[in-house]
Amino acid sequence: MLTKDEKGERIPLTIADSDAKAGTVTIVFMEVGKTTRELGLLQTGDSIMSLTGPLGLPTHIENYGTVVCVAGGFAVAPVMPIARAMKQAGNKVISILGARNKELIFWEDELRSVSDKLIVTTDDGTYGRKGLVTEPLKEILESGEKIGLVVAIGPSIMMKFCAKTTQPFGVKTIVSLNPVMVDGTGMCGCCRVVVGGQTKFACVDGPDFDAHQVDWDLLAARQRTYLEEEKQAMENWQCQCGKHS
Amino acid sequence: MPRQEAVARAKNFKEVALGYTPAMAAEEAGRCIQCPKRPCVAGCPVNIDIPEFIKAVRDGKMAEAVTVLKKTNALPGVCGRVCPQESQCEAQCTLLKQKAPVAIGRLERYVADWERENKAAMPPGAALPPPTGKKVAVIGSGPSGLTVAAELAKKGHAVSIFEALHVGGGVLMYGIPEFRLPKEIVQNEINFVKSLGAELVLDAVIGKCDTIDELLAGGYDAVFLGTGAGLPMFLNIPGENANGIYSANEWLTRTNLMKAYLFPNYDTPLKVGKKVAVIGGGNVAMDAARCALRLGAAEVYIVYRRSEAELPARKEEVENAMEEGIIFKFLTNPTKFLGDGKGWVTGMECIQMELGEPDASGRRRPIAKAGSEFVMNIDTAVVALGTTPNPLIAATTIGLKTTGHGTVVADETTGKTVKDKVWAGGDIVTGAATVISAMGAGKRAAADIDKYLMGKK
Repeated sequence: MLTKDEKGERIPLTIADSDAKAGTVTIVFMEVGKTTRELGLLQTGDSIMSLTGPLGLPTHIENYGTVVCVAGGFAVAPVMPIARAMKQAGNKVISILGARNKELIFWEDELRSVSDKLIVTTDDGTYGRKGLVTEPLKEILESGEKIGLVVAIGPSIMMKFCAKTTQPFGVKTIVSLNPVMVDGTGMCGCCRVVVGGQTKFACVDGPDFDAHQVDWDLLAARQRTYLEEEKQAMENWQCQCGKHS
Repeated sequence: MPRQEAVARAKNFKEVALGYTPAMAAEEAGRCIQCPKRPCVAGCPVNIDIPEFIKAVRDGKMAEAVTVLKKTNALPGVCGRVCPQESQCEAQCTLLKQKAPVAIGRLERYVADWERENKAAMPPGAALPPPTGKKVAVIGSGPSGLTVAAELAKKGHAVSIFEALHVGGGVLMYGIPEFRLPKEIVQNEINFVKSLGAELVLDAVIGKCDTIDELLAGGYDAVFLGTGAGLPMFLNIPGENANGIYSANEWLTRTNLMKAYLFPNYDTPLKVGKKVAVIGGGNVAMDAARCALRLGAAEVYIVYRRSEAELPARKEEVENAMEEGIIFKFLTNPTKFLGDGKGWVTGMECIQMELGEPDASGRRRPIAKAGSEFVMNIDTAVVALGTTPNPLIAATTIGLKTTGHGTVVADETTGKTVKDKVWAGGDIVTGAATVISAMGAGKRAAADIDKYLMGKK
């Protein structure tokens, strides 16, 4: 969980990489709202008020045989350490990296370096294969190759459709849920998701869950709770930035 | 005690109780007859030398009053505001049966506030003893942790307080609202604890960043668990995960810790509808309801399954809530939440209750009256049923004994757990209780930890 300053909000971001010797962690984020845009303006040497982690349960790593890792856009950041660990555990790793367009393809070479095979897709065809990540995913499953596990991380709609794609094949699929969070330590219940009919806190019971058991509609609805306030915050901020520039 | 007038105060987050003037304080302090029995002292969970500090106030010796108070109580500004004195010191006061007990709580607050505003007039604090070379890890910077840290630091031990959040204070910051306990006061009290030599490490989630065993292996001679009871309880009825339904923890944390009442100046929002139902009858429910009013709700309800007589909240907080216009629906229990089909709550189906024979808690058991279902139209609900300990510490610490409620087993007198070098106190042991009882547990544990560290056990 990260907070920029005393007036800032607490937001969950994944630790994509770390270097214990150098004493650093790497976090990748997409600029989508006020907080992330403010973070984007920080320069080397600047500081943020608070960073705490690692939180949640670690991804379970095992030799499944062949693992397919699907990364939607900047979610290549949380996928990277998982793909790397799966490879180190002896899995054959097939990775699919998809984004809306060429500009949003990120860490392609990094992901390729830990995968046996990498397929890149863009929605508009400006790079790699034109189409959605679910298409090569379906082809892999239809090819008859034995897949032990699928890991899919990205926007919730993408994870939902990956789940729908793998379900008929009965392949175990893990997703990393991304509801709104406040403390991230299990004290408030803001991040409630329903998995297998049971209420879970994504921050302490997750963020990894069985994709075929997730109530996707509920997740999407709860993620929309503060759309109005997010818009208001952005407008306010842009207005203030305008005054200072 | 003068208070902000009800209608005005329900629209702001400023403190409700305005505090004594010097004249009022002197007059009230003069009422204490300095009786030789001093039953008030035993009634205080931290045994403050009450008649002594009151005498000093009566005689205008404010610095002395502060010194007496702070000898036994590291957080007087907090206690003077949130202690249920009416069931503690004041309930034992010799004057109780005559006119009225001495307003000990109000006087405590007066002294603490005086100290904050007159720091320059205070003599330098007593010199700390030489360092003992012993290191103690305190987990949690709420009332019990802060008390343990203060007591052990005063004895010369090196104390590190590990706090999971980005600011210290625990429930004092995230739970109790600004208008009952200003956050500036909490931080001031924490600074006092730090001035005694205790170190506060923020963003440290013990159980994730380090385990208790790692702390002990890494050089700490003792560990105190003061992580409280921060896991929210839900009703577990259909529709409870709809947008607009919050646990009281989320509601209060967004409001008080993250200052959602100042959005968009502060970034954390809170969606407050027009008709808010708070389910529960304790202090937390009162706090949540009174926050709802201040956040702009048009109608705020307390929905409680027993009757007014059984409300666990402090009478003073119930009175404040009623004065501010909160509507109390007694003998009412929610059975289901209704939604608009787009994820938002629009109503709460309830059933009326009646009281039967007492249950395990000694209070009359609420029984549903068949056929009495009705719907309350609401757009926001806050579930304030109570909390239990966050399971993280127990789940990551080998050798700790816990109960079925998730609380850690510890000796009542010493706070010692069954795990070597580990003590515990406050809500993690008792379940959700009061700030002052957590402080009392902290004092007892600190005394025992000190004995152990100095080889006297």
